[in-house]
Amino acid sequence: MENNLLSLIIFAPLAGAAINWFIGRRVRDERFIGAVACGSIAVSTIVAFYLAFNSHGALRSEEPVLDHIWTWLQVGNFRANFALGMDRLSGTYALFVTFVGLLIHVFAVGYMHGEEGFYRFFAFLNLFMFSMLTLVLGDNFVLMFVGWEGVGLCSYLLIGYYFDKKEAGDAAKKAFITNRIGDWGFVLGIMLTFAVTGSVSFFANPAAGSAHTAFEYFANHAADPFTWGAITGLGATSIALLLFIGAVGKSAQIPLYVWLPDAMAGPTPVSALIHAATMVTAGIYMIVRCSAIFVNAPTAMFIVAIIGAATAIFAATIGLAQNDIKKVLAYSTISQLGYMFLACGVGAFVAAIFHVITHAFFKALLFLGSGSVIHGMHHEQDMRRLGGLKKYMPITFATMFTGWLAISGIPIFAGFFSKDEILWKTWSAPGFSIPGGSSKILWGIGALTALLTAVYMTRMMVMTFWGTERFRKNPDEEHGHHGSVEPHESPWIMTVPLIVLAVLSTIGGFIGVPYALSSFFSNKDVNVIERTLEPVVAKAPHGFGQETKAESPQPLSAPPQETDAAPPVHELGGLEIAGAHETHSAQEISAERWLALTSIIIALAGIAIGWFTFQKRPLLQFPRILENKYYVDEIYDAVLIHPIEAGSREGLWRIFDVGVIDGLLHSIGEAVTEAGRLGRYLQAGLVRGYAAIILFGALVLIAFFAYFSFRLPH
Amino acid sequence: MGPQLSWYLALSALLFTIGVVGVIIKRNVIAMFMCIELMLNAVNLTFVAFASFFGDVTGQLFVFIVMTVAAAEAAVGLGIIISIFRNRESLDVDDASILKL
Repeated sequence: MENNLLSLIIFAPLAGAAINWFIGRRVRDERFIGAVACGSIAVSTIVAFYLAFNSHGALRSEEPVLDHIWTWLQVGNFRANFALGMDRLSGTYALFVTFVGLLIHVFAVGYMHGEEGFYRFFAFLNLFMFSMLTLVLGDNFVLMFVGWEGVGLCSYLLIGYYFDKKEAGDAAKKAFITNRIGDWGFVLGIMLTFAVTGSVSFFANPAAGSAHTAFEYFANHAADPFTWGAITGLGATSIALLLFIGAVGKSAQIPLYVWLPDAMAGPTPVSALIHAATMVTAGIYMIVRCSAIFVNAPTAMFIVAIIGAATAIFAATIGLAQNDIKKVLAYSTISQLGYMFLACGVGAFVAAIFHVITHAFFKALLFLGSGSVIHGMHHEQDMRRLGGLKKYMPITFATMFTGWLAISGIPIFAGFFSKDEILWKTWSAPGFSIPGGSSKILWGIGALTALLTAVYMTRMMVMTFWGTERFRKNPDEEHGHHGSVEPHESPWIMTVPLIVLAVLSTIGGFIGVPYALSSFFSNKDVNVIERTLEPVVAKAPHGFGQETKAESPQPLSAPPQETDAAPPVHELGGLEIAGAHETHSAQEISAERWLALTSIIIALAGIAIGWFTFQKRPLLQFPRILENKYYVDEIYDAVLIHPIEAGSREGLWRIFDVGVIDGLLHSIGEAVTEAGRLGRYLQAGLVRGYAAIILFGALVLIAFFAYFSFRLPH
Repeated sequence: MGPQLSWYLALSALLFTIGVVGVIIKRNVIAMFMCIELMLNAVNLTFVAFASFFGDVTGQLFVFIVMTVAAAEAAVGLGIIISIFRNRESLDVDDASILKL
């Protein structure tokens, strides 16, 4: 279905950015700039909700809403339109991106009050929304890549917003360059996709010239075998892994996560919008969008799951020891993104998206809450100098309280359902991509991460809102000029978004209550998100031997564990694949309930550990290795950055640039000068000398012709 | 039997050589000028000798053109010589070895 309103979603923020950049910089009226910025996002939000939920809306029908704006690239078979498509997946993303984005814009109007670059900030923020929505709504890989680069650029601009601080500039560069490494993989993935399938489109739109999608090919072909060799086979596995490299960069997974903690140098609303709620989930979006490719690539999915789980636990342990309130949240974000990748890796794409949504709510809330704290404390971010803020900032405290419970996984709060879903899907992962037994290990890592999450979030809350008011203790110590501030609650323009997000963090999880839990109360399946998204994601086959695809998988030199890959839980419902709805076997339901109970116990245990430890000793010293983030930055410096710098300085600059290129130019120049110096002797200015030269020339010519004309006729 | 073509050509070559040598060795600009005239006229002699030898009038026509050009050249050349003499108070060409006055 065509609907030209769709382009309004992306162009409204672009217009807002242009107005703020060109007019706002002259007007310099915060009310005008704020109104333009928030107004343009509000337009996007309203249009997004209208297109998603009207009678033919993207979320209510099987057909995506398409908008062909213009034909962008057409070279031979290659065709990339500047066209947008909103199906159930991109619609879901567009909804929370615009809505959370709107709330953060509103918050930022309060937070950025009095800043010199107010217009600049909002122009960039709107530009970011344009890029993000282009990324999400783009109807092909190439347009998605435009948005992908656009968000990278805006992220760079906004991290470096305080460009007079060296730290911010360095962080901006780090983010940009680290993302480039990922983009390298993404671009190669797009190229390989085109080479293999002959299309880069997501949606079939014959009217606009894209009759085939890139995914049809994979639906009609057998999955790659589950072997390491498939990685270099230039098939689905290679594509999936290249795309995954892009996702690793954008979504801050091991080994490219290092930019995200540093990105906290930007203003807090930026951290909330870009580095927690929306942009960093672009990697998840891309993988779920390409689920058709990934379900054909079991090796790639296994790697995704391992990287996800490793990142989750790794970042959680670092988050435990950080003292900067924003750094804790940054590592928490990385850890939660790891969960989402874990979900993708085990084939639970819907669970990943569900966690993206709930995470967007509660992480935006926590970040904005921390922004409110920072604002109220006059830019104090070190939790060792906070404490006891509960009575000064009641609204911030109450809203962050819900965020805390949500991320820790306390029932009825949003994070519980999504995290529990991921853990359950990991536990019961089909043998397709996860060799038997390792699903339990991955679950164990996930559960341990959940425990750590509860602990460090409790630590953050305790250090910030409870205990002694440490900001009063040393009024003269280095921060003398604002050592003895009176904390104050933020204005309503900041607290209202907090309250809205707090409500969403509390009830947002009810869109995805699994049957196993809702069946306590009624027999109706209330898992809205799963019903909505199920049609647009590809389903991983349950066991490798049970393919129902057209061709049987090629004979492979299989690792032995594959033969008995399917875990026992799944042999029950294993045979019905891609059915409209899974039947809920009694055994599965009871297993899922037990797991849910385990998650609750883990969450409560984590909070209890955190509560009793940090109430007593809020300034507990952690092992230095955790506080220093396992020295990963130092290792990267030593292993990669210094050799590259040294190689560039000594090899490329001193030898190649100065020696070869400059040397070549200089020697050419010197040769010409020397030739000129010698040639000058010919030009003495003496007429008789010239006459002699002419004579000499004439004699040479005559001699030449005399010699050869006597010989040529013979 | 009158003088043969080769005699004229030999005379012409002799005159031309004297002219060339004169241009190169003489410093006096007037003398150089006269040597140039000598060279031109040596060539003229060749032309008319060949014209007579081949019974073709073209060579004689060419001589007229050469004489015209020589006259024009003499006018211009003498003008330059006068101009140089006024500035340099000298007829030595080696004194006029730089481009500016």
